[in-house]
Amino acid sequence: MTQMNMVKAINDALRVAMRQDSRVVVLGEDVGKVGGVFRVTEGLINEFGAERVFDTPLSEGGIIGTAVGMALYGLIPVPEIQFADFIFPAFDQIVSEVAKFRYRSGGEYTSKMVIRTPVGGGIRGGHYHSQSPEAYFIHTPGLKVVCPSNPYDAKGLLLASLRDPDPVLFFEPKRIYRAARADVPEGEDYTVPLSVAKVVRPGNQVTVIAWGAMLYEAIEASNKAAEAGIDCEVIDLRTIWPVDIDTIVNSVKKTGRVVVVHEAPKSCGFGAELVSLINEKAFDYLEAPPTRVTGWDTPFPYTLEMDYLPLAGRILPAIQSVAKY
Amino acid sequence: MQDERDVLLGLYRQMVLIRRFEEAAAKAYSQGKIGGFLHLYIGQEGCAVGALAALEKRDYVVTTYRDHAQALIRGTSARACMAELFGKVTGCSKGLGGSMHFFDADNHMLGGYGIVGGHVPIAAGAAFASKYRGDGAVAVCFFGEGSATIGAFSEALGLAALWKLPIVFICENNEYSMGTPLERSLAVADVSQKAVSVGMERDRFRCTDVLEVRDRVAVAVKRAREKNEPTLIEALTYRYRGHSMSDPGKYRTQDEIDERKKLDPILHAEGALRAKGVSDDELAKVNASVEAEVEDCVKFADESAEPDESLIEAFNYA
Ligand SMILES: Cc1ncc(C[n+]2csc(CCOP(=O)(O)OP(=O)(O)O)c2C)c(N)n1
Repeated sequence: MTQMNMVKAINDALRVAMRQDSRVVVLGEDVGKVGGVFRVTEGLINEFGAERVFDTPLSEGGIIGTAVGMALYGLIPVPEIQFADFIFPAFDQIVSEVAKFRYRSGGEYTSKMVIRTPVGGGIRGGHYHSQSPEAYFIHTPGLKVVCPSNPYDAKGLLLASLRDPDPVLFFEPKRIYRAARADVPEGEDYTVPLSVAKVVRPGNQVTVIAWGAMLYEAIEASNKAAEAGIDCEVIDLRTIWPVDIDTIVNSVKKTGRVVVVHEAPKSCGFGAELVSLINEKAFDYLEAPPTRVTGWDTPFPYTLEMDYLPLAGRILPAIQSVAKY
Repeated sequence: MQDERDVLLGLYRQMVLIRRFEEAAAKAYSQGKIGGFLHLYIGQEGCAVGALAALEKRDYVVTTYRDHAQALIRGTSARACMAELFGKVTGCSKGLGGSMHFFDADNHMLGGYGIVGGHVPIAAGAAFASKYRGDGAVAVCFFGEGSATIGAFSEALGLAALWKLPIVFICENNEYSMGTPLERSLAVADVSQKAVSVGMERDRFRCTDVLEVRDRVAVAVKRAREKNEPTLIEALTYRYRGHSMSDPGKYRTQDEIDERKKLDPILHAEGALRAKGVSDDELAKVNASVEAEVEDCVKFADESAEPDESLIEAFNYA
């Protein structure tokens, strides 16, 4: 196996898929010769040519809209939106067309595609290079939303997304693009199933739910909590939607206490939905009100980024307070 | 009336200030004092300096994330600009915005915008408000040729023409949208042709001679102010650095960059000033005063305080 970072692992997943299936095409701003701003598509143009890996003008609505047409005609487009913050000019296409195609054509057509985009804070990018917009898309029926936390999962989840019959938004946490490393079988085909969460740290007293870059903060806070005698179980959602509620409920049945962590603002963030689901499905087991540790209900600031992000320093007190409730 | 020699000397100083300011910013970036993304205007100074010389104080300026020049020219102090880059509370957006989000209400700087093209209709709206209030102000909107391919741009152009708005759209064509050369963004090489489809006046010129830029933009500003007619200007220019500090710019050859540098607006102004009898001494004095101003603003930014946590929510609602 080869040690890879997320960038390399995602690149490898695209190669594997493109070698196997000529329907897969990659498009986006500077994805060709430059290989994308984060170099995720680097070298693909050399192996697969400019017919399959092509630069687009700066036209997010056009990128996703044309990808819909390609999908209807049997291609499997993998559009890249350079930063998740730039997805909004394409919001109409995603919400009005991509998400609804299967339903409104009575299953005749699907606009199956995998929209890849870097997400989240941690690079001092300020307002428009830091946001985590997953909740908008979860609120839109018909879309799947994935966010890996490590290179192995990133490759396996991307390959699973490419083979899934429905459109997937694949959020890549840019803070750990290069920091997270793992053994990944290079050039090999494997999948990590969608909608299956992973217990990354077993424990009995508090369930901590996270995904993407914040998983590492959740683990760090849980390790610190352990020093104070609190035994946390950390769950990596991996697929945010449709969520693996069974793994969560099983954990909550054991712990009775929950902390949800995400970067996006608190109000109507995905944490709100998780807490509702837990209330509906595991109310009798709860020992404390489920708690959220999240970004603030403000735009993402340039400075104060480390205050805005729900880092371990903010997660730990939340764990302590639900533990002693 | 100021004579043309003094005017040019003033514009020269503005261009040099922008360049030295940004060189200092680049240095601070490499020292980790500035974070995230820093887009430099170096090479393009002739455009903003010439264009804004055609404006009055009451006019409004809207631009992209490559916004340091416009703020400096409009009158935002070098201190407030540098402090914003450093993310300090003394910055023009309280350190909450950073490089791409310079705002200055006093100087009618309606901002730098990080979403490409999103600001173009906003500028049209400002022009609408000016016309509505009858205050004779003109809006000037800068954007790169990358904006010309996104929907918001086309919508704004159409609205401005339809509603006869007092606005000048200035497309700064620096040949690249990040790593993508114009010929892979647009099927035509002449971006100003976009005006034809909506029945708008247009102009197209290179930004080497800052006085020519001023005069050509002045024609459009007059048209806007006196007749409420919009213009699309394609200003040909070139950025010497990468798209932002994190872009090594490998998609261009050194030969190409060297060629374009021969058209440098500062170099050109220096030649023109000498021809008008300005001495080396006088030029050196201008340069020394710019250097002192830049040194001062870096020191100020360095010594200013970071915003504290109380600011996180302070500006979310009124
Ligand atoms: C809607 C949107 N898409 C993509 C980006 C990322 N991006 C920022 S600048 C840029 C290139 C713009 O080039 P151009 O308009 O020519 O202006 P220049 O940078 O050359 O001044 C891109 C792709 C963005 N900020 N907003």
